[in-house]
Amino acid sequence: MSARGRLAPLLPGIVVAVGVTTYVIVLLGVESQTGIAALLAAGAGAVLAAARFGVAARMGRAFGKRDNFLNLLVVLAIVVLTVFFYEDHFVLLMVATVIIYVIACLGLNLQFGYSGVLNFAGAAFFGVGCYTAAVLTKNTDVPHLVILVAGGLMAATVGSVLLLPVLRTRGHYSAVVTIAFGLLFKIFLEVNDTLGGPQGLRVDGMNVLGWEFNDNIEIGENFEASFYVNYVVVGLILLVLAFALVRRIERSWIGLNLDAVRLDETAASCFGINIMRWKITAFILGNFLIGLAGALYAMMLGFIAPTNFTFGDSLILVSIVLLGGIGNPWGLAVATTILIIVPEKLQAIQEYRFLLFAVMVILILLFRPEGLLPRPLRAYFPGWRPK
Amino acid sequence: MDGLGEQRIRLGYAQAERHVRPGTDPGRPGTGPAARWSTASSVEFRTRKAHSMDVGLFVQYVMNGLMLGVMYALVAVGFTLFFGVMNIINFSHGDVLMVGAFVGLATYLGVSSIGVENPWGQLAAAMIVAASAMALMGVAVAKYLVLPLKNAPPLNTLLITLMLGTALHEAVRLFYPRGANPQRFPSLLPTDAYSFGNFTLRIDSVILLGTGLLAIVGIHLLINRTKLGLAMRAVAQDEDTAKTMGIDFDRIVLITFAIGSALAAFTGILHGLYYSEVNFAMGLLLGVIGFSSAIVGGLGNIYGAIIGGFLFAALQTLGVVAMPFASAYKDVFAFGVIILIMAWRPTGLISEKISERV
Repeated sequence: MSARGRLAPLLPGIVVAVGVTTYVIVLLGVESQTGIAALLAAGAGAVLAAARFGVAARMGRAFGKRDNFLNLLVVLAIVVLTVFFYEDHFVLLMVATVIIYVIACLGLNLQFGYSGVLNFAGAAFFGVGCYTAAVLTKNTDVPHLVILVAGGLMAATVGSVLLLPVLRTRGHYSAVVTIAFGLLFKIFLEVNDTLGGPQGLRVDGMNVLGWEFNDNIEIGENFEASFYVNYVVVGLILLVLAFALVRRIERSWIGLNLDAVRLDETAASCFGINIMRWKITAFILGNFLIGLAGALYAMMLGFIAPTNFTFGDSLILVSIVLLGGIGNPWGLAVATTILIIVPEKLQAIQEYRFLLFAVMVILILLFRPEGLLPRPLRAYFPGWRPK
Repeated sequence: MDGLGEQRIRLGYAQAERHVRPGTDPGRPGTGPAARWSTASSVEFRTRKAHSMDVGLFVQYVMNGLMLGVMYALVAVGFTLFFGVMNIINFSHGDVLMVGAFVGLATYLGVSSIGVENPWGQLAAAMIVAASAMALMGVAVAKYLVLPLKNAPPLNTLLITLMLGTALHEAVRLFYPRGANPQRFPSLLPTDAYSFGNFTLRIDSVILLGTGLLAIVGIHLLINRTKLGLAMRAVAQDEDTAKTMGIDFDRIVLITFAIGSALAAFTGILHGLYYSEVNFAMGLLLGVIGFSSAIVGGLGNIYGAIIGGFLFAALQTLGVVAMPFASAYKDVFAFGVIILIMAWRPTGLISEKISERV
């Protein structure tokens, strides 16, 4: 087959990717509020029209067949975005924040998207990662990449304390365990003076092998890039790893077991699936990812306080997973991007964003409970698609 | 969402104030119970005073704990009511309570501006308006948010009510005049107080305690002794059978939501009267405490809710008394114990009588 023949089926995907990337770049670059509002309206209109005329479904199928290609395109798009805005602190901070939130939500997705373990304390585990990073950067000389892992391990360890109550309880009862833990964690941070109390803690910026992440990148005389580029790069690497991990788990027999546990515990255990084992796996691995994201977030922001880890923030994490379409990693990436970038850019709604989030989730639950991008049926054989 | 911490701290202050408020000033000679013992020898005086202080403080703690317990039990009974009928968690309950308190406050301001001076009249107006407004809202919530999701996974109902709660408290924060700040709630009850040593019995507390208990008993009688209650229990037990017996399922759900939300408004006003303050963030913590209480007691069981409510209050009070060096940790302690209880009794202290159908 000629090179052109091989490229042809990929062409629509490339066109869409270029289009979306351009759109996001314009959206991030525009300053005027009316311009942003118009752009958002246009974007929403385009998506609705695509959905109406079946273009979106065809796109989805085309991408579904070439997953790796889509992954590559998205990574490229983020790189292009970063290069384009290499001087702009604010935009890069937003990009890095989206990346970090996607990592955390991937963890949450493992928990209740796949295995059905409710976790309403996402922000608390995120906070465990943040505080681990704060304490370790201040008081020890542990290499900072190890600290990232330590943040994840710490969150997983703290989470495993909750394992017994979470696993013994079901449904609403297990929701209360994590909700109570989320509140407990924030109150604990506020009253604990060694962890800074309500004022919070300062966190050192990342430093890998002498490379200071919090200095602007200077190359030669006249090139200077924002220091957030560092965090975008590290975040992107972690995101690719986390994403690959979650996707592999989803497709493997582990994912099959997790799905079985979520859909029907009784039937799953009749078929000899060890329910406890898979719930524990999902809960611990999920918390690890959340804590990892937290540690990176803390080092990027340089300052953390208990108010970052409220029950409301946990709710936002849960809403992201739900909005995106439970169990679909792509969906939550899209949802995170929307939920973080839109309020940041549209200053007029900044004050009202919690209200709008809440109303939006209510509407989604009422009219499109499967989320923006519903999880497709599992492909059991390569190339096999359900009719 | 930042308000939660402030709310907790404020609750703490309000309680601290109550401890200080007792009418006698220990520093002033000749007043209070100490004067009665002034003829006794100084040694005996000192020991007896120390002794009486302990008892007085103890009774004060018990009284405060009871007040908190009634408040929590009322919230928990609300959760139980919703759960009993539809097996759903209405997580907006705490925020409906807060909105009820604000409606009550607004009504009070309204009626006093048109010249109603009598505090009982003001209180009655506030209660009636708040309860009916919340009952209407409850009906709307049930009709447009809860019933449409009847066949959806329970997580969706939990989330939609959580989000409704968020929307409610954000709306109050943004649209009530200066809603982001705590609002002073008027004291409409008589404020007489009787001192017994270090214990001060305030009449308003007694009235609040009594009304709260009466409300719980009322709900209990409603569920167990009336035809409506019978219908509610029937619906809870088996929806389809209840329908074939001629019970209008939707109507029962709407009525339950009306009653539950009116109860929330009532609790909110009680809360406002006790703390002399309401703020937009109070619903979340109260909601979570009420929910935990209902769960710990065992969902769908009114006794469980009452036990859970008093248990949580007792844990908080115990946290203050037993660990005076770390009283700031009282909520950490209380929530920690709740998690432990959940690990020990996964379906609550009084568990639901269910058998799993496969």
